[in-house]
Amino acid sequence: MKSVIRGGVAAIAVFTAYAAQADEEANLVVNEEIEITVRTDAPAHLENLRTIYSGWVFRSDETQSLQMDDFENPGMIFVDEAIEAWNTVEGSAGESCASCHGAPEEMAGVRAVYPKWNEEAEEVRTVAMQVNGCRTERMGAEAWKYDGGDMLNMEALIASVSRGMTVNVAIDGPAQSMWEMGRDLYYTRTGQLDLSCANCHEDNYGNNIRADHLSQGHINGFPTYRLKNAKLNGVQSRFRGCVRDTRAETYGVGVEEMIALELYVASRGNGLSVEGPAVRN
Amino acid sequence: MKRVIGASVAIAIATVGFAEGVGTDDVVYGEYGEVEVSLSGQPGNAEAGLEIMVARGKGNCIACHQVTALDEYPFHGEVGPSLDGIGAYRTAEELRGIVANPKMTYEGTIMPAFYRISGFTRPGNGFTGKAAEGALSPLLTAQEIEDVVAYLQTLKD
Repeated sequence: MKSVIRGGVAAIAVFTAYAAQADEEANLVVNEEIEITVRTDAPAHLENLRTIYSGWVFRSDETQSLQMDDFENPGMIFVDEAIEAWNTVEGSAGESCASCHGAPEEMAGVRAVYPKWNEEAEEVRTVAMQVNGCRTERMGAEAWKYDGGDMLNMEALIASVSRGMTVNVAIDGPAQSMWEMGRDLYYTRTGQLDLSCANCHEDNYGNNIRADHLSQGHINGFPTYRLKNAKLNGVQSRFRGCVRDTRAETYGVGVEEMIALELYVASRGNGLSVEGPAVRN
Repeated sequence: MKRVIGASVAIAIATVGFAEGVGTDDVVYGEYGEVEVSLSGQPGNAEAGLEIMVARGKGNCIACHQVTALDEYPFHGEVGPSLDGIGAYRTAEELRGIVANPKMTYEGTIMPAFYRISGFTRPGNGFTGKAAEGALSPLLTAQEIEDVVAYLQTLKD
């Protein structure tokens, strides 16, 4: 009898998940205060899309609502952890993040323009690279693992203070060659399934692929709390998951190709709002 | 010397193996991407084809295609066209070609080729994310493709 009940529950759960299609017309306001742009005109460099949509609009009502209140958003727990790390002195220089930067809120606007060309280092840097730059060069502390827990927590904190600000990643000037590399990677079909990012996220957004509702693949919500693995997920690790699913050999996190792809994909979302830490499937 | 003998035995086995069917690199596609002969040299089994259509680790055809006759299996995709009635307007030869390598029928299609092992960018070792080791296996075997083709032919309305 028990197994029958369980079977019934499972069937209902499956049905609910199937029936719970996204409300693609919904608007996102966080804490009844921060207005998030979830749909807007595509940036001029995007030739094949007229309108860009946040991944939030493709999720179920239940998932959408988790991001509307910081007490409901599981990603905010990690932001709290990062506030502690922000104020903790580490490394040989006797510094914390706070001793140079002040309150985390001083970082408002940073996430919106990254990845970004760093003049001194003469390279395009992601937020993670910049954090590790601070740690190793200014604090005399150990670098954090790329997309590891400490780093994702800090990235979530840095993103959270920019929520509602418009993504505006520079694609010209010294960043242009990396941006072009990223664009080429975006349109390159990889693996035995022979799929590019564009095949799913440009040509088929809004369509279901088995039980998955395909989004446009924007990264304005990263780091993202995924219900699937109940933790924060980094952008480049997410890219790896997608590429792996084409039965391809992936690139590692933190390598040039991944940085280029992150820059390019970030720029596709120019005009949306910073949402991190967002809640997704 | 032993090695040479070993290699020639392997070739002999391979030749015998393909004598009844068609290897992935030897498929002959017609002008519109159709394939005339059975890839396995055997007829397909529609019942086995149904299982391949719905299995995530096999064809998983319904990941992208809606099929009314398969309604009892949840979550049909919308990426490709519905396959309802396809057995009425496509021949077995056309269906075989489309499943084996749809790019020969529809240039640039998103649909993967299920009987092809070369010409890929950064092919991986299955879903591990690591580089492929040695030759790839096709996504479906010759007989599995014949089974799918047999099933698709049953979709008359």
